[in-house]
Amino acid sequence: MADQTLDAKGLNCPLPIIKAKKALKGMSPGETLAIESTDPGSVADFAAFCRQTGNELTSSEQSGDIYNFEIKKS
Amino acid sequence: MLDNANDGSNSKSMSIIATKGTLDWAYPPFILGTTAAAMDMEVTMFFTFYGLGLLKKDLNLKMSTLGNPAMEMPMMGKHMAMPNIIGGLPGVDKGVTAMMKNMMAKKGVASIEDLREAAVESDVRLIACQMTLDLFEIKDTDLIDGVELGGAATAIEVAGLADINYFM
Repeated sequence: MADQTLDAKGLNCPLPIIKAKKALKGMSPGETLAIESTDPGSVADFAAFCRQTGNELTSSEQSGDIYNFEIKKS
Repeated sequence: MLDNANDGSNSKSMSIIATKGTLDWAYPPFILGTTAAAMDMEVTMFFTFYGLGLLKKDLNLKMSTLGNPAMEMPMMGKHMAMPNIIGGLPGVDKGVTAMMKNMMAKKGVASIEDLREAAVESDVRLIACQMTLDLFEIKDTDLIDGVELGGAATAIEVAGLADINYFM
């Protein structure tokens, strides 16, 4: 189980990233954030976000119309 | 503000010059600025000419189909561009603006108000062009709090230090 979850369903670019950043800001290093999104663009975007910020994208999966991500805060 | 550059692992900086003030063109600078800030970049946005309106407290952004044949709105499963002769009729701009705002809300696209608030919250540096304030007789008290005033030299200094520079 992730330490925190973020429901970004129905939100379009760049809101999932911005809301994820906001959530990560309040978390401690090593904690994980689970994100649910319906934006197909968020697959590439969360990967880029993590490469740039140094946070670890520990999981990126699709189930139906939902994209699930897990980010471990660096 | 400059301290922000040193707390990330691979900090970069971005500068954006925003020159357009219509509802549609307000998006690219605010989307890229807020996202770059979310990605730990130090972001400066310089607002000049019609872009300056994006800093007004009271945002009432509009758009027009006039002179934009590339603007095709989804309509009944098709895409429709509006002929200029119709786009120029009274009330059409208002209708098109309302339609765009509805479409954006339906598709989960953030409002410019929300993106601008996110920019302020993430310490994006917002600079209003002093010359534009003078030219269009806009008072700095008409602008949101936290806006700095500056000119071309300020914008160029920021651009010279930035890794990424956009002009929009």
